[in-house]
Amino acid sequence: MKKLASKVKGNSLWSDALRRLLDDNLAVVSFVTIVAYVVVAGFVSLGWMATSWQDQIGASQLPPSLSNGFEYIMGLDIFGRSVVLKTVQGAYTALYVGLVSSMISVPIGVIMGASAGYFGGWIDDLITWIYTTLSNIPEILLLVAFATAFGKGIETMAVALGMTTWVGLARLIRAEFIKHKNREYVAAAHALGGGHVRRIFRHILPNVLHIIIIGFSLRFVVAIKSEVVLTFLGLGMEIGEGSSWGLMISDASGELVQGIWWGLASATMAMFPIVLAFSLFSDALRDAFDPKLRT
Amino acid sequence: MFAYIVRRGLYAIPIMLGTVFLLFFLFNFAGDDPALVKAGKHATAESIATIRAEMGLDQPWYVQYGNLLSQIARFDFGRSWNTNLKITDMVAEGAGTSFSLTFPAFIMSTLLSMIIGIFVAFKRGTIIDKTIVTIAVGMQSISVLVYILAGQYFLAYKMGWFPISGYEPGIFERWGYFALPWVIWLFLAVAPEMRFYRTVFLDEMYQDYVRTAKSKGLDTKTIMFRHVLRNALIPILTNLIISLPFLILGSLLLESFFGIPGLGGLVVKAIANGDRPVIYALTVLGTIAYVIFNLLSDIMYAVVDPRVQLK
Repeated sequence: MKKLASKVKGNSLWSDALRRLLDDNLAVVSFVTIVAYVVVAGFVSLGWMATSWQDQIGASQLPPSLSNGFEYIMGLDIFGRSVVLKTVQGAYTALYVGLVSSMISVPIGVIMGASAGYFGGWIDDLITWIYTTLSNIPEILLLVAFATAFGKGIETMAVALGMTTWVGLARLIRAEFIKHKNREYVAAAHALGGGHVRRIFRHILPNVLHIIIIGFSLRFVVAIKSEVVLTFLGLGMEIGEGSSWGLMISDASGELVQGIWWGLASATMAMFPIVLAFSLFSDALRDAFDPKLRT
Repeated sequence: MFAYIVRRGLYAIPIMLGTVFLLFFLFNFAGDDPALVKAGKHATAESIATIRAEMGLDQPWYVQYGNLLSQIARFDFGRSWNTNLKITDMVAEGAGTSFSLTFPAFIMSTLLSMIIGIFVAFKRGTIIDKTIVTIAVGMQSISVLVYILAGQYFLAYKMGWFPISGYEPGIFERWGYFALPWVIWLFLAVAPEMRFYRTVFLDEMYQDYVRTAKSKGLDTKTIMFRHVLRNALIPILTNLIISLPFLILGSLLLESFFGIPGLGGLVVKAIANGDRPVIYALTVLGTIAYVIFNLLSDIMYAVVDPRVQLK
């Protein structure tokens, strides 16, 4: 009897999704790209890579050359610092902003959305009011307001991004919880004596986990792109605080006229693959978990 | 219908009060004391107290909040710290400039994205669809700043096809200066908008009425333009109305790079100068505009689409 049961065991949502992801070449390439950037950022944070990025290693604004060695392939900046090492440091900054902002925004979005959808009633009204209020302030102005209030700098910016970007996820999670809370498996959990917390976290949450993972991945796209714009506006990383792609691209607004293109090119070439990878991977995740596409 | 409009309008009031309160809290209580910021580094206790009284910061919070609401109602936000001009005048002047920059650009990008969106939705699942969508995702993976910098450098500075930056107040004279920002706008806007319209059209194409039309023997062109496009117009119109407040606010980056004196450029300058009252006023006004247009779009949705339940 037991043997038979294990034989007819169907594929779970997760094993099906994983199979589809592995079949999708674009998804695999995207995932490998993300892992590579995470490894680089990890090495930078451990002090194993690009530690000497602040050293002056040559003449100011030396153009890129292949003959001098790795540090010189993308040229030097105005202080004679290696552009490649600055770009590598920038990868750490970008992922730092992405990680901090999503570690704030995803839990807020999930808790808000889950409680609104699950409990309904006045809790739902209150939470809906909170996020409608928040989403009615144009995003860029809200970030400006946050930065004006809490001061500038990369940490403030990451926190501000986290506090402002949870609304979309909360809406999705709320809708899913409304759908799930009256299903039989939740009623069964209730009948077996499962309390609210158990029903929310042990029973319903695993069924919407894929939405959370997609939300997490998409937050990185928003964070990395926002870092550049906010830094240009003077709300992000400040000069002397570290190196970021936003700073490098902002510097180019004065340098380009002098024919100094390598800072801009280097930051853009580093940013393009990781943003693309996060976007494509999010899309692939969505496709992999979408039951409508099941064959 | 009238009852629905009234109810929806009443619902906007707590939202409006909430957004204004959130901004009020952020600007007055969350961060540095605004009086200290205004007084500067060499302030004495006395001068800070004077400024505090001038700005009304010595009052209890509900009085301050009331003052802000009354400022909004009277459309009077005091003067800029930087230029000492009346903020209301600055806003009125900038809004027209911003709108004349963004509105034509928005119409162009919307039409272009809709055409590409219909085409791609029609070719769904084919290699053409996948290629165009992937190119769009790729275009969105490059920073907005890079498009502006590269456009300004190559098309204006190197090729000399456009003025590098500048502005003339005449309604036709300004177009020469707007041409390049418009081109860059298209590069920035068409990719995300095209993906939006593609989803809108794809959602419609799997509806039952499309299958019915097909089984009646209608050809694809009639189905697409007679049936699908008409139904898709509802989300399209909503999107248009929702975009209007952003068009009035202008484009922060395009305006500051091209020296166009609109509201977007005003925000950027205010951030750089730490001009708090200007940032405060623009944030509050932008938010109110957004709430109002959101309300309008909901009402229009109900007017246009009889399926919307008015409860």
